[in-house]
Amino acid sequence: MTIAEVGRPRLRKEDAHLITGRSRYTDNMTLPGMLHLAMVRSPFAHAKITSIDTSAAKSSPGVVAVLTGADVAAEQGSLPNVWPVTTEQKAPAFPSIAVDEVAFAGEVVACIVARSAAAARDAVELVDVSYDELPVVLDLEEAFTDKVLAHSNLDSNLSATWVFDSGEAGTGKPIAEALANAEVLIERTFYQQRLIPAFMEPRSIVVDPTSEQITMWSSTQIPHILRLILALTLGLPESKLRVIAPDVGGGFGGKLTVIPEEFITLMAARRVGKPCKYTETRSESLQSGHHGRAQVQKVKLAATKDGIVTGLDIQLLADMGAYLGIIGSGIPILGAFMYNAIYKFPAYRLECSNVFTNKAWTGAYRGAGRPEATFAIERLMDELAVDLGMDPLELRKKNWINHEEFPFTTVTGLEYDSGNYEAATAKALELFGYDELRAEQARRREANDPVQLGIGISTFTEMCGLAPSRVLGALSYAAGGWEHAQVRVLPTGNIEVVTGTSPHGQGHETAWSQLVADKLGVPFENVEVLHGDTQISQRGLDTYGSRSLAVGGMAVLAAADKVIEKAKVLAAHMMEASEEDIEFTDGKFSVKGTDQSTAFGEVAFAAFSAHNLPDGFEPNLDSDATFDPQSFSFPHGTHLAAMEVDTETGQVTIRKYVCVDDVGVVVNPLIVEGQVHGGLAQGIAQALYEEAVHDDAGTLVTGSFVDYLVPSAPDLPHFTTARTETPSTTNQLGAKGVGEAGTIASTPAIVNGVLDAVRHLGVKDIKMPCTPARVWAALEEAKTTGGVQ
Amino acid sequence: MIPSAFDYAAPATVAEALGVLADAGDDVKLLAGGQSLIPVMKLRLADPAMVVDLGRIGELSGVRDDGDALLIGAMTTHHEIVTDPLIAEHVPLLAMAAATVADPQVRHRGTFGGALVHADPAGDMPAPVLAADATFILAGLDGERRVAAADFFQGYFTTAVDDGEILTHIRVPKYTGWGARYEKFTRVAQQWSIVAVAAMVRVEGGTIAEARIGLTNMASTPLRATAVEQALVGAPLTREAIATASAHAGEGTDPASDLNGDAAYRRHLAEVLTKRAVIVAAGL
Ligand SMILES: Cc1cc2nc3c(=O)[nH]c(=O)nc-3n(C[C@H](O)[C@H](O)[C@H](O)COP(=O)(O)OP(=O)(O)OC[C@H]3O[C@@H](n4cnc5c(N)ncnc54)[C@H](O)[C@@H]3O)c2cc1C
Repeated sequence: MTIAEVGRPRLRKEDAHLITGRSRYTDNMTLPGMLHLAMVRSPFAHAKITSIDTSAAKSSPGVVAVLTGADVAAEQGSLPNVWPVTTEQKAPAFPSIAVDEVAFAGEVVACIVARSAAAARDAVELVDVSYDELPVVLDLEEAFTDKVLAHSNLDSNLSATWVFDSGEAGTGKPIAEALANAEVLIERTFYQQRLIPAFMEPRSIVVDPTSEQITMWSSTQIPHILRLILALTLGLPESKLRVIAPDVGGGFGGKLTVIPEEFITLMAARRVGKPCKYTETRSESLQSGHHGRAQVQKVKLAATKDGIVTGLDIQLLADMGAYLGIIGSGIPILGAFMYNAIYKFPAYRLECSNVFTNKAWTGAYRGAGRPEATFAIERLMDELAVDLGMDPLELRKKNWINHEEFPFTTVTGLEYDSGNYEAATAKALELFGYDELRAEQARRREANDPVQLGIGISTFTEMCGLAPSRVLGALSYAAGGWEHAQVRVLPTGNIEVVTGTSPHGQGHETAWSQLVADKLGVPFENVEVLHGDTQISQRGLDTYGSRSLAVGGMAVLAAADKVIEKAKVLAAHMMEASEEDIEFTDGKFSVKGTDQSTAFGEVAFAAFSAHNLPDGFEPNLDSDATFDPQSFSFPHGTHLAAMEVDTETGQVTIRKYVCVDDVGVVVNPLIVEGQVHGGLAQGIAQALYEEAVHDDAGTLVTGSFVDYLVPSAPDLPHFTTARTETPSTTNQLGAKGVGEAGTIASTPAIVNGVLDAVRHLGVKDIKMPCTPARVWAALEEAKTTGGVQ
Repeated sequence: MIPSAFDYAAPATVAEALGVLADAGDDVKLLAGGQSLIPVMKLRLADPAMVVDLGRIGELSGVRDDGDALLIGAMTTHHEIVTDPLIAEHVPLLAMAAATVADPQVRHRGTFGGALVHADPAGDMPAPVLAADATFILAGLDGERRVAAADFFQGYFTTAVDDGEILTHIRVPKYTGWGARYEKFTRVAQQWSIVAVAAMVRVEGGTIAEARIGLTNMASTPLRATAVEQALVGAPLTREAIATASAHAGEGTDPASDLNGDAAYRRHLAEVLTKRAVIVAAGL
């Protein structure tokens, strides 16, 4: 019996080349005669371009060409938005090089093409752009009032208003009734600060226009979608474009986008007829890559006196930034279905207004809408518990879906297939030592200890496995949500798996090898996974939204199933038995009730040699499959944080962090652990550290890692992680998705913990990130306003 | 992140370096560890026509015993300050502060002299050096001059080093037997000081006999917390007495307001951190 691969903590196949520096990032690419690009960017957040003088730059040594918006106006088109959330959605044109108006600081106004990166950079300073400054609107709530317009040719900053009402949708009761009859009503405003995805590898693009088919290498999460959008926008035949995502050093949603620089590099390369490379600097990455979160949530929670939630009303403002990115408009909508989280309350309404400001445009960032939703409901559950004087865990228990109630159709109309919140919570409590920490908290309060202790709780669920194509269609998203795979059987019986997912740190090469090794009974080492090149993997919808295993992995399994079906026919022929009598186990085909068998490799070779095949049998075992999920999967978990707050300085420290996640069946526990750790770090970063801050003129103040504080290992505690395993019933493996779990749950757990530590001192809320200065200011304010209510 | 083009020289002696400096004119920069200069050049916030690398001048590195003081070469790295036995014995405060600078890579490249001449208000080395009353030895074509720490730091990124001069050594008096503590406050582990306090305390017979307190990032230059120092002299070795004295830490300061906190918060931090630093330095 071979050891099952699924469930083994295999070290990742990908790592050896990455950690020994033999990586192939886009910037490592050097082509003969390659030219280099540098961008001239607007220093102003909103201005008319009155003139651009490129003459000095053009005569600078090594400069081959300088492109302005006017030069490419005829061909550049507008970067598309593929998710019109309403039929009336408004969006300004989004040219890759601004033509006459810039709407955020960092927008490209010209591009230098030169023989070396240094020559290109030198010439940037020689481009003389004259601007007429226009008023800027930076604050989201102010933008919503339309007093200042982010674009002079739009008559409102409002892009779209999207509404979900459970009464109207027929998925629940009307919210008005719930609010009117509420025995307890909790009203709050939460600010989801703007975050920067801050992936490690800056974005980089190389375009080779020298053959019939143009090749683009890009540090992207979405090579397939990118090719389609480039073709549609620039009017090129799709077949003339090949897009390759080589090693990609992180994305977190920040590379789930098409960017002006991809268009510019392609246009420049075609113009000069030579390979061109553009690699952004870290500052450019922080300034002009898309940002995430940036929402204001006005929330009302209705409940009975004994703690049964009866309704939730959300007024959401979502900052689109200056333009609509490909899916920026849809990010808040992804969250809209998750505000009800693990709870079963009957009435829900969300009204989301997408609003333009003069800042970098926004898009997906790890969790994409779902962290914001989870934050709101989990903060509210704590607020309600405080209001009612109940234990926050007891309150959650009263409202969550019990395990015997699955499948459960929620107030947003989603069917949760499975889950066991009781089990995950019980395990978390046991690992945490909840009662002991509560006792210590009481002692510290009693002693008026300068360091106070708080316990933060967050449960979560999220919709993963993006996405059933018909659901995306119903939400007006332009594409489907299926995934494709091919399993190629080589003559020796070795396997090549071609996947349409596009890993950039997730370890698909390892995990897909494990899936196929089990399925076909071949050694893990004999499976090669190919991806990230539209010429190798023709069909795919790439990697984001914790979709790759639950959707792409299922396509791999389905393709492997087809291989087995084909091979059975040949094996039967080889052993002169009937197909029905062939069994396949451990990599061997055997004839039922006999000791006759033939190995997978022998069948593979027989297919290759094709000397003796059944009539009509094509001489190969290769198989394709495209999997379109019928439903989402719903991972869930319970996170507990013990937070220490130094009341003298406002410094917050995580003393203990316990999370129990239920991500369904696990293919590789080591990869899952890694995903959870990274996710926690990013969620904690939102709670305590990160915020994109602009000055009054709209310049990004946190424009380098000196000011944009990304936590590193010494800032994070030793995480206690554990899992429960309730298989998903929506796919053959029972997998759910883990990419975003840690990010979604940790932010509210941390903030709830900070508040729990200082609420008795009169602090009611602290904006994220909960910096020492803010915590201290909140404590000071509580002192002057009289403290405990 | 590509700097403008520049000429480069790497002289082998201080005398040679002074000659190169004199010939190069105004638009020249000395390069020590490069941990501050190279980043600003890459961002093109500085674009010197010439860079003179001090890295090959052996006489500028190392720590020597010089009687009642230690003589520290300007090119001595942060890492060497952290691990040097003479410093550990006589001015451990310097090692404590240097240990909080950035990460191992930066500490292996960045230098004591470079950090002092760079004079970033949030930099960690100036306040301990000021608290220790060090003397700066500057070499010029006309010979050597000595500048007291109190006169060396003149403003935001500005020191007494003139064009054409090289900081060769820093003479730091010995504080053998004193208690020391560098209390640095940051939001993440690898960050410049939001506020930091450098404290040295000599305890005698149950009271504080002498105290030297330097403040980091409480003005455009490092400051001495003289009011605290005075209040501590003769104070009993109790937390309460130290807290009372530390309440003067904000006096005479002029801190900036930025993303990490406003001036009021920084003054408050200075008090809390002074209290904490002195408590540890006094061995409580
Ligand atoms: C990521 C990072 C984090 C950091 N974090 C911290 C921190 O937390 N705390 C902290 O204090 N510092 C920090 N630093 C700065 C570090 O301490 C630097 O090493 C120091 O500021 C400059 O020293 P250097 O030897 O690198 O000098 P350089 O960068 O080479 O030079 C700095 C300046 O001093 C001048 N100069 C250098 N040597 C002489 C000399 N002998 N005579 C005259 N002029 C001279 C140069 O011309 C230049 O203007 C950090 C740096 C980095 C890159």
